[in-house]
Amino acid sequence: MGHAPPPSHQSRRRSWPAGLLRVAPVIAGAVFLVFLVLPVLSLLIRIPPGELLQRLGNPLIVQALRLSVVTTVAATGGAILLGLPVAYLLATREFPGKRVMEVLIDLPMVIPPTVAGVGLLLAFGRAGLTGRALAAVGVTIPFTTVAVVLAEMFVAGPFLVNTARAGFEEVDPKYLRAASTLRASPGFIFFHVVLPLSLPSLTAGAAMTWARALGEFGATITFAGNLPGRTQTMPLAVYVALESDLNAAVALSVILLLVSFGLLLTLRSFRISLRR
Amino acid sequence: MKAQRTWTACMLGTAAIALLLGGGVGQPRAVGAGPANSITVFAAASLTEAFTVLGKVFEERNPAAHVMFNFAGTQQLALAIEQGAPADVFASADQRWMQHLQQRGLILGTPREFVRNRLVLVIPRSNPGKLLGLQDLARPGVKFVIAADAVPAGHYLREALAKLNRAPGLGRDYDQRALRNVVSEEDNVRAVIAKVQLGEADAGAVYRSDVTSMVADKVIVIDIPDPYNVMASYPIAVVKGGNSTGGQQFVALITSVLGQQILRGYNFIPANPP
Repeated sequence: MGHAPPPSHQSRRRSWPAGLLRVAPVIAGAVFLVFLVLPVLSLLIRIPPGELLQRLGNPLIVQALRLSVVTTVAATGGAILLGLPVAYLLATREFPGKRVMEVLIDLPMVIPPTVAGVGLLLAFGRAGLTGRALAAVGVTIPFTTVAVVLAEMFVAGPFLVNTARAGFEEVDPKYLRAASTLRASPGFIFFHVVLPLSLPSLTAGAAMTWARALGEFGATITFAGNLPGRTQTMPLAVYVALESDLNAAVALSVILLLVSFGLLLTLRSFRISLRR
Repeated sequence: MKAQRTWTACMLGTAAIALLLGGGVGQPRAVGAGPANSITVFAAASLTEAFTVLGKVFEERNPAAHVMFNFAGTQQLALAIEQGAPADVFASADQRWMQHLQQRGLILGTPREFVRNRLVLVIPRSNPGKLLGLQDLARPGVKFVIAADAVPAGHYLREALAKLNRAPGLGRDYDQRALRNVVSEEDNVRAVIAKVQLGEADAGAVYRSDVTSMVADKVIVIDIPDPYNVMASYPIAVVKGGNSTGGQQFVALITSVLGQQILRGYNFIPANPP
């Protein structure tokens, strides 16, 4: 630090970085926003609204849309039913092997969905581990709508567990202590104290799970196959359309985007009204 | 010193942002069409094994050259080329998609048919659907997996099934009954054979060449007799705007005696019998 620069220079040097530091996050934010919005916008402006409405009348699209809605709602419901207890367990208890369990629950998020589909086939396919027993009683899962739901649940389930767990962990333990001093049963505490307090997080988790399920493609086409009306959900319909008619594919994507936008916005407003 | 370091960091940050922005505005560098001695080949999924070997042969003969492959469903490749993907050679599994690109002025010269391919039925070795022949394919409850209509193999299969309506003993509505058994329309033939191999499909329709040595012991092949079969015709051509010299050299190898012999080794039918 021997040779300090002349004071005037130094002050200028100091003010520059400070100004830049203030501007840089704004620029970064703007760049990121443009990066996220531009592809969506490009899809939206390619198709005139009239053509969109016309395509909405196409029974094949209605079929795919209905199948998507039914299966994703079922998958989200299934994930809530089976995932909430797991999330509660992870949030409230310490037990051996907990870390391993956490990683196991995160795994479906990192496996490429197509590989997840192969895994599901090997597990629940009729030549698979449990599938053989199921086949013996006349139940085959692959190529059915049930397979679509399972694929969506597998890929999207971790989102529910992780978000719900964070929500449960946020509940202040003093309420739980207060409730138990009043001799409330654990079940009563869960349903009347924990659940209402963590409802905003649970709603966010359900929304994320549902959104991930709606976009599911790889596991579905591998495990459930692609058959209009039975297993062809919106993402599969988009993919198939992409191979013959680009405009149809874009129109389908826009419909999928609009439906998602509407539902996510509704859930978000619902969450905000919960917080108030 | 500290201020200077922050200053440098800021400069770097801005440079990174500028680079990001600039990169977004400018044309992204083409992936494949880089150095003059590299050749990017877009080839139908069914050509995967044979072309991989042919690429090695090409590189052995032209040590300076580097062949890169993009194997996918023909329809995906054609649409990618239409959207400006950097291909030097396009090997298609049917004439339809080659014509599609020709009509859009993307093909250099005239495409050449280099192999043909026959459709077959494959069933898992365990034969869960208890299929004994073509007639059983139309039996209700059989799980039949095919390629989607946009995929050349799927298109050919629908033609072949229609022809089989005239075959003795199969019935006039054979194709309708068989298509009613379809449980999945896959986006390429390799996905069809994967589901047969896993034993999930009772039967699948693929090219004879898809029954590679890797899967041959896991499936049983049922032939579709020639009068009712549809011969898939594979054309190859150089794509405009890329490394056309390299592309032409590669096409020359494919249509040469050696190239045809190698392709025959992979159960393709040579278009220029050696």
